[in-house]
Amino acid sequence: MSSDVRFTDFKSDKQPTWCPGCGDFGTMNGMMKALAETGNSPDETFVVAGIGCSGKIGTYMRSYALHGVHGRALPVGTGVKIARPDIEVMVAGGDGDGYSIGAGHFIHAVRRNVDMTYVVMDNRIYGLTKGQASPTSRSDFETSTTPEGPKQPPVNPLALALAAGGSFIAQSFASDALRHQEIVQEAIEHDGFSIVNCFSPCVTFNDVDTYDYFRDSLVDLKEEDDYDRHNFEDARNAILDANKEYMGVLWQDDDAQSYHESHGLTEDMSEIPDGAPDGAMDLVREFY
Amino acid sequence: MFGEIHPIYAVLLDKLPLPESALDGQSVPRDSATIPPFRRQTPGSEGFLHGRAQVFYHMHDDLNWAIGGEAGDGIDSTGKIFAQALSRAGRHVFTSKDFASRIRGGYTAYKIRTAVDPVQSVVDRLDVLVALTERTVDENLDELHDDSVVIFDGGRTEFEDYDPPQGITGLDVPLTELAKEAGGTIMRNVVALGAVCAVTNFDIENLDESLQKRFGSKGESIVENNKKAARLGADFVEENYDNDFGYDLETTDNDYVLLNGDEAIGMGAIAAGCRFYAGYPITPATDVMTYLTGRIDQFGGHVIQAEDELSAINMALGAARAGARSMTATSGPGIDLMSETFGLVATSETPLVIANVMRSGPSTGMPTKQEQGDLNMMLYGGHGEIPRFVLAPTTVAECFHKTVEAFNLAEKYQIPVYVTADLSMAVTEQTFPHEEFDMDAVEIDRGKLVDEDEISAWQNEKDQFKPHAVTADGISPRAKPGTEGGVHMSTGLEHDELGRRTEDTDVRVEQVDKRYRKVETAEEQEDFSAREFGDPDSDNLVITWGSNEGALEEALGFLEEDGYDVRVLSVPYIFPRPDLTEDVEAAESVIVVECNATGQFADLVEHDTLTRVDRLNKYNGVRFNADELAADIKDHLEAQA
Repeated sequence: MSSDVRFTDFKSDKQPTWCPGCGDFGTMNGMMKALAETGNSPDETFVVAGIGCSGKIGTYMRSYALHGVHGRALPVGTGVKIARPDIEVMVAGGDGDGYSIGAGHFIHAVRRNVDMTYVVMDNRIYGLTKGQASPTSRSDFETSTTPEGPKQPPVNPLALALAAGGSFIAQSFASDALRHQEIVQEAIEHDGFSIVNCFSPCVTFNDVDTYDYFRDSLVDLKEEDDYDRHNFEDARNAILDANKEYMGVLWQDDDAQSYHESHGLTEDMSEIPDGAPDGAMDLVREFY
Repeated sequence: MFGEIHPIYAVLLDKLPLPESALDGQSVPRDSATIPPFRRQTPGSEGFLHGRAQVFYHMHDDLNWAIGGEAGDGIDSTGKIFAQALSRAGRHVFTSKDFASRIRGGYTAYKIRTAVDPVQSVVDRLDVLVALTERTVDENLDELHDDSVVIFDGGRTEFEDYDPPQGITGLDVPLTELAKEAGGTIMRNVVALGAVCAVTNFDIENLDESLQKRFGSKGESIVENNKKAARLGADFVEENYDNDFGYDLETTDNDYVLLNGDEAIGMGAIAAGCRFYAGYPITPATDVMTYLTGRIDQFGGHVIQAEDELSAINMALGAARAGARSMTATSGPGIDLMSETFGLVATSETPLVIANVMRSGPSTGMPTKQEQGDLNMMLYGGHGEIPRFVLAPTTVAECFHKTVEAFNLAEKYQIPVYVTADLSMAVTEQTFPHEEFDMDAVEIDRGKLVDEDEISAWQNEKDQFKPHAVTADGISPRAKPGTEGGVHMSTGLEHDELGRRTEDTDVRVEQVDKRYRKVETAEEQEDFSAREFGDPDSDNLVITWGSNEGALEEALGFLEEDGYDVRVLSVPYIFPRPDLTEDVEAAESVIVVECNATGQFADLVEHDTLTRVDRLNKYNGVRFNADELAADIKDHLEAQA
């Protein structure tokens, strides 16, 4: 991979239509910087996005990309990476895409441990449809479809990932550009499936989970000297902590085998011969 | 033992001493008083059965055999062993299965029709039946005839007070006892196969290779025990019964391969360079997945079991966008789920092959029964309008060829292609000369897949690649990831040439037209013709699609005997499809034969030709039989006359 790649190479000439001040700007910038910093190039990167504000990222970034259907970005990324182990795969989505309509795929992507990076722009609201409750909305969060709040606890995506055997679980904040980039970089470098839940505030429809809220409340694990991301107890306690929200890599399992490793996948499946592959006649002989 | 007196049957000679090891004496009382004396068979007798059977067999060159019992009785593997033995002995084989969606219990059967000449259908006739349960006999009563032989185990609980129906020859063979003698009761079915060999004059050695193939991995002693079990079954019949039942399975030196539709689809995929398969288990498409598992890996590919069909088609889509030849297979309920992503595949112009092995619907329907009911779903499924190709192989071998063709069409026209088989074809094992699967003849056409040298021709003034370039033939260039200068995005949104969202009215029309222009190009460049057989000059035209072809071809023989001439068009292409207007207009009567209630293909024929056609539909869950189909066509022709 070329070393002279700059993060702006990952930027398309399309101007984002996100609301001014949207957290998604910061989230995307961090992703582009992290990709460039880890030595990737647009020609050898595949970005998969779902539906929602977050889904537009494929248009604003420059790389091979697919903007898919709602909630199914992870299976697409899985297919790309298995077929092409040589390609860097990054999947982006929102909290609705990943934890509501795509929740089933999320669990299975985590346990499959295919080497790709999943960045979820978590704004705890449905923005593109103009303000309905999302799976991560607080139980008393009043919206047009939940006038008294959802009256159900929000999904804890990090806990789901931990329970599903995740090998890299992190949380970042769009407004803390350096830390966000650093965390995504670590996620890219992790050999296996990495989830980065990035708080990406919606300035138009969410007046509770705001920049100020996250800035004031997030605890950066980098500053917690005795926190060990390889210690399962630490991870579990932080992820299930009802009183605090954390930023940083909460859990990393360096020993977990990636899907490619456990299945011995190394080949570029896009290259095929001009005719039936050598040895195909053996398949016929089997039926004698 | 058989209770009431029956007009036609023969049983074990009551005076013949039974081997002590075979019977415990109390479960099968053999009482001469119950046997009608004039039907009794004695060793070496030239009795009624003997003569009748010979006359009968002269009328048919085929043998129809079945083994039936409960799910869990090993029916399937026993049937397969016999089918393989017949195939290796140079006989043609066509199998069918009756099964239910359950792991144990119920009724399940494996049926084989075999002849020296090719067989491509089942008929309503059963000559030799191994019945492990009494229900097996009941289920097949209308197919058994005066010269049928039913092999059963009188020592088995179900048969304690067994009373064979009128006219059937029952051979009581102590299957379990003999299996025990060979080394274990588990070999009961193999004992039965040995008995079958004796009844049909089929050299027992023909079984050996099949047994080796089936049990070889379990060790040589298991194989030897099974060989012994087969011989004990054969010997028992030969020693205790008149061994000429009028059946004589001739062998030839021909080499045949034996496979089913699902396996043919899987083999076709590998031959075509498919490297990625994502699927979710579903009857009757699961065998495509199990076939590919372990085999595609040897060619650098991979099978992944997804969490559901939504995921399966998205994984396959991802692999296809990454440049791999990719596929998924499913059945109706899975097609329903996949229809969400289907539109994305089509509008992003991604080459993808979807095998739809149809079963009876709607909803869960009859999951283990035959139907061709998904045609409209494949043609029109999904919101909005988008072209897709639908291929419908008409034989097991065609499942191979059409799958190869589907991969080429998918990449050439950057379009999703359905290959649709149906349950009866998927589970039918059929023999073919191995030349039918000529791997050297497989050609790969990747269409407009461009490399770095070609890419500049497809870039705009800003060096941006145009994956949806508007072209005269409607086909745009395709660049896989890693191709320098080919960076682009794809989306389910309406898009411009660059693949970016647009709501521009002109661009919208341009892109819709371009996508449909691919169909016009395909119609010009490809051969989407029907297969014709029967009497080319007949005024009676029968049109069919999919797996009915074999039954129809054989039905022609029956119709001819009765003085009816028929011209048949068997259509393997549903979309794009051949224009049958001239054929329909030239005919006096047109009948469209298909396995569904409403006549979905008949609707298409009427739409294309602006002519009303007669419909012959079957939707009870069972495929057409050749003789039944002939009778039905005759009825239709007479009604029209």
